[in-house]
Amino acid sequence: MDEGRTPRRGISPRLWLAGGWLMLALLAAIFAPLVAPQDPLAQDLMLERLPPFWMNGAEPGYWLGTDSLGRDLLSRLIFGGRIAFIVAFAAAIAACMVGSTLGLVAGYFGGWADRIISRIVDVWMAFPPVLFAILLVAVLGTGLSSVILAIAIIDWTRFCRVIRAETMGQSRMDYVENARIAGYGRIGIMLREVLPNVVPSIVALLSLEMGIAVIVEAILSFVNLSISTDDPTWGGIIAEGRLSIHQAWWVLVFPLITLILTVLSFSQFGEALKTRFDPVLR
Amino acid sequence: MLLQRFLIRLLTMLITLFGVAVVVFVVIRVAPGDPIAMMLPPGATDADIARLRALYGLDKTIVQQFFIWLSGVARGDFGTSISLRQDVLGLVFNRLPATLELAIVALIMAVALGGTTAVIGARERGTAVEAGIDIASGAALSIPDFLWGLVLILLFGVLVPIFDISGRVSPQLDLPFVTQFYLFESLLRLRLDLTWDLLKHMLMPAVALALPLAAIISQLLKQSLKEVLDLDYVVLARVKGFSETQVILREALKNAALPTLTLVGVQFTFLIGGTVIVERLFSYEGLGNMAIDAVINRDLPLIQGIVLVFALLFVLINLAVDMMYALLNPRLRHG
Repeated sequence: MDEGRTPRRGISPRLWLAGGWLMLALLAAIFAPLVAPQDPLAQDLMLERLPPFWMNGAEPGYWLGTDSLGRDLLSRLIFGGRIAFIVAFAAAIAACMVGSTLGLVAGYFGGWADRIISRIVDVWMAFPPVLFAILLVAVLGTGLSSVILAIAIIDWTRFCRVIRAETMGQSRMDYVENARIAGYGRIGIMLREVLPNVVPSIVALLSLEMGIAVIVEAILSFVNLSISTDDPTWGGIIAEGRLSIHQAWWVLVFPLITLILTVLSFSQFGEALKTRFDPVLR
Repeated sequence: MLLQRFLIRLLTMLITLFGVAVVVFVVIRVAPGDPIAMMLPPGATDADIARLRALYGLDKTIVQQFFIWLSGVARGDFGTSISLRQDVLGLVFNRLPATLELAIVALIMAVALGGTTAVIGARERGTAVEAGIDIASGAALSIPDFLWGLVLILLFGVLVPIFDISGRVSPQLDLPFVTQFYLFESLLRLRLDLTWDLLKHMLMPAVALALPLAAIISQLLKQSLKEVLDLDYVVLARVKGFSETQVILREALKNAALPTLTLVGVQFTFLIGGTVIVERLFSYEGLGNMAIDAVINRDLPLIQGIVLVFALLFVLINLAVDMMYALLNPRLRHG
């Protein structure tokens, strides 16, 4: 990594922007019923395909315009954020728990444990992830918990591979050997000595994974396999926007901007956290 | 040494493929919802359902079904698609060339774009040009292919409509092709009008797939180039009077490329994985698009066949990269 690029102290403007956007989107999602200007499900064919507020023909109260059924786009985006954030947090944490535990065990104990876990990771990596996700949701049935479970089942390998490699590196360090000589048990050393040193990587991956989970959820709702079709989701709005792209471009543009900002923010946040937590880089 | 390494890799590859076959077989048979019931009209009798279940072998136990399927696969028989009622292998081979062409065009773009920006970034190290390349590659990497695809659709499909946003080739064209490798065949037949039409359809999905990979190549290659540029033999070349660009292209690149090569191999499998949704986005008639239809229609034999073909492609790429690395790396070649 370049030392010159990352500020040594304080919070970088990038982190402020990323954190600011995530906080804004999260608060809007939590307080959606209070914040959303309209009912996200209310259809009104008199108001179909209204343009955003700065264009001719816009209606007050429908800031970002409406879709082909006359539903308010801003309200749908705000309510869609609820599902995006629930999936992001739940799926990333679940994938992190499974992947980090297996990575820690494989990296620290080595031998058969490592061989079996690494073989499973190999098998998992041979699946196209998007196809695997679609397949799992088709099998588990659509719904919030299926989406979360599917993402966790697929993406634990990301944590496992990185944490395994890091743990292997840490296990060869002197301090681990010292702890062993001092008479600590193997599991004790793994949890008390090795784990704290791989936490920065886990935290950074966790943030990155939240961004990935948001995308996977959007992809699943794009192919109409996520939550029930009534609830607004970012991917669902994008799918509608893709269909009416020549009549109402805004139905695609605004959810796309929302998704890009969210994904960029999660990845910037992860990078920044990693440099902050990492004693060497700090 | 090299042969031994190859054989070990081949063995682990077979174990991986067997693992994939087991996982996909178990996963789709746990699925609720009866694919047979979906095939028949509502008035079908129980006897009809039972007969059809027997026809597709669904009346046997899951272990029996697995080994019947596996012995078929070993003979090249992947079964019959339930929704399309055609031979799975034939369907897969019909669609695979479209996906391969897309992936290879994307790979070429990624290597060209990533390589060029890496060389420029290394030559202009420490300047605003390098900083600009870093920011661009950071953004290209963080935004996944699905979102790039949508951005491109908006920019070059709607705002400035210069490319086609759906399909593989214009439907009104008369195609003289005998293989499914349309792009390569159009080049061989010198039908450049068709090549252009195919490229106009392929360009945007290929760019969407290429951008994240180009960013990774750019970052890693630039880093290795900068490390190599301080070594004695490169300094010597500079003393001999070569320009900085010549030094990078003639001396530094071949030594800096090796670590990038391994990574490109792994990342290329991710790119192929990305074709599934990107093909869907651009209604491109490839394997990934068919896979999503197969899942939606609960077409078990077709899903199995497609997933296994993807997995085979992935492990073959990894094997090829591993062998290439061993051949190019002097330490392993003579070791």
